[in-house]
Amino acid sequence: MAATEKKLPVTGAGPFNGILTWVEQRFPLITLWKEHAAEYYAPKNFNFWYYFGSLAMFVLVIQIVTGIFLVMHYKPDASQAFASVEYIMRDVPWGWLVRYMHSTGASAFFVVVYLHMFRGLLYGSYRSPRELVWIFGMVIYLSLMAEAFFGYLLPWGQMSYWGAQVIVNLFDALPIIGPDLALWIRGDYVVSDATLNRFFSFHVIAIPLVLVALVAAHIMALHEVGSNNPDGVEIKKNLGPDGHPVDGIPFHPYYSVKDTFGVMVFLAVFAVIMFFMPEFGGYFLEYNNFIPADPLKTPSHIAPVWYFTPYYSILRATTDNFMVVLAAIVTLWSVGVVTARAHRPIRILAMIVGALLVVLGFVYVERLIFVGVFVAAALASAAAMLVSRGATARAYRTLFIAAVLLAGFKLLDAKVWGVVLMGLATLIFFLLPWLDRSPVKSIRYKGPLFKTAVALFVIVFLVLGYYGTQPVTAAGTFISQLCTLLYFAFFLLMPWYSTIDKTKPEPARVTW
Amino acid sequence: MAENELDEGKRRFLLTATTVATGVAAGAAAVPFVASMLPSERAKAAGAPVEVDVSDLMPGQKKIVEWRGKPVWVVRRTPEMLKAIETDDPRVADPDSSRSQQPPYAKNKYRAVKPEYLVTVGICTHLGCSPVDRLQAQPEPFEPDWHGGFYCPCHGSLFDLAGRVYKNKPAPENLPVPPYKFVGDTKLVIGDDTQGA
Repeated sequence: MAATEKKLPVTGAGPFNGILTWVEQRFPLITLWKEHAAEYYAPKNFNFWYYFGSLAMFVLVIQIVTGIFLVMHYKPDASQAFASVEYIMRDVPWGWLVRYMHSTGASAFFVVVYLHMFRGLLYGSYRSPRELVWIFGMVIYLSLMAEAFFGYLLPWGQMSYWGAQVIVNLFDALPIIGPDLALWIRGDYVVSDATLNRFFSFHVIAIPLVLVALVAAHIMALHEVGSNNPDGVEIKKNLGPDGHPVDGIPFHPYYSVKDTFGVMVFLAVFAVIMFFMPEFGGYFLEYNNFIPADPLKTPSHIAPVWYFTPYYSILRATTDNFMVVLAAIVTLWSVGVVTARAHRPIRILAMIVGALLVVLGFVYVERLIFVGVFVAAALASAAAMLVSRGATARAYRTLFIAAVLLAGFKLLDAKVWGVVLMGLATLIFFLLPWLDRSPVKSIRYKGPLFKTAVALFVIVFLVLGYYGTQPVTAAGTFISQLCTLLYFAFFLLMPWYSTIDKTKPEPARVTW
Repeated sequence: MAENELDEGKRRFLLTATTVATGVAAGAAAVPFVASMLPSERAKAAGAPVEVDVSDLMPGQKKIVEWRGKPVWVVRRTPEMLKAIETDDPRVADPDSSRSQQPPYAKNKYRAVKPEYLVTVGICTHLGCSPVDRLQAQPEPFEPDWHGGFYCPCHGSLFDLAGRVYKNKPAPENLPVPPYKFVGDTKLVIGDDTQGA
């Protein structure tokens, strides 16, 4: 009898010991509570940055609860959607509050998630053995972007409509399958009632289910390997006589109390924004979205909501000129790799001459000829790669990759590469656990190179975010292009600068 | 083979066969769901040609009509505007409209049946925003020596008064010209170019 196998009575719950024992014999309620709260040992040195994980969960709850009540009054119909949102704002009792909680919650979600991710970056929380914690977290981040994007169409305002139009058309840019894919996503030849209906379905059912499941996976993976901490040292290496880490404290009550304090402070800030500045100067609710969707007229300035703008800047930065720069960089890299063992002056000369030739060819040679030459080069290097081995094979592999990229840069429009770069900019975070080769995890013990890189990355991310909200100008495009290069350099050069950086030794145990 | 002995080969075969059969069934079951997201018959049926009366359109003015849910522009161009188009050739990416979409009868210098009337789909070929009018030739923040045309507010693509895209802008192609025909001097039909009858 399964129910009688667990004989141990539950203790410590006073008059509830009996009922809890009965439950525990049928469902591992107390076991789960102990594993994930009362006996989950977290490092004792968590600081300010560790508020944002629990806050993200808290905001998820806000969004789900407010969402349930909004759906009671909202109509996912192109002819009624805008009016139903205004109905919620004006006629539904307290509807304005529920709606503002939901709209402010969306931005708050991204604020806490970005800070939560930044914490991971600071303290190396993505490093082994926490790769899957990081990957689940990144999938949550991508799902959250999808959730926000689908939700933004629902009020059916001008920004809803044209934002969806632009993002769906990103898929249209993909070669061959693009137009059919965009048609399939929209369910119509333009963003229409069909699109609104399916986005509603994704926003209220599909993505929230995925999000909740992913949050569970994120926490299960975290509790399997244990939390990282600001020192980046493993507390499991120092176990006390009771078998628990000497530098660990039970999550409940120590961190549940700390996180409750965090929730209070968060709610104070949240309430100020929700009650006094729910539009947040046009950043949380864009002014043009108070105008009903008009498929015939794009607003004179459109920008996505602030949390998408860094990627939007990267999309806009990818012009024809920028493709020439990318072609030059690919050439410099490949020639540099191939001539790695040559004398330095010869190597530099080869890199410069190679880049110059490619740039001139890229600008002046007919598209088909250029593509043909590099496809031939790619095939030749592929063949050479197969018959050689060792360093020679690696050199041919580099040439093959470079030739394919160069042919692709010229063959496909800059528009396609803009979409590709924007996608890569979000996906490249997944590689972080393998790009960081530093012997230490935490920024506290990392060297000046890594610290500079992180500081620069934050600035670049903010600058890209700022220009993404602004209309296009020549200067803005140039700065965005520079920042796009730095953005990718932060990741792609990390294996190099994290290896040669001068790190400090990690302490044996956590400090404060 | 003894009664109780395991036949590993048979097991593997059955495992593979059931996995493949289940995979095929799951794939087949996905078809109706995926297909249900394609445009419905009603959406496909919409898109009848529209008639536009341009008799009230003054030179230099623009009219927007909806065709298949998209904005179609009709611009009545002045002689100065037509002259400006001729000077735009070196600035635009595809002056001869060799890459862009237009019916053969609109693949000419002014991309129009009658040079006076520009008919084009007002959807940027970059990511589908509708460019805004900057019809006057005057200095603009995005182009000091502006000859008149259209500016896409989303990503800064510029188009001249024939809907041709400027060089080094995100939009890869000129604005598409829909099939259209004149029925009478000042009346045109968009979405239908069959002659006669």
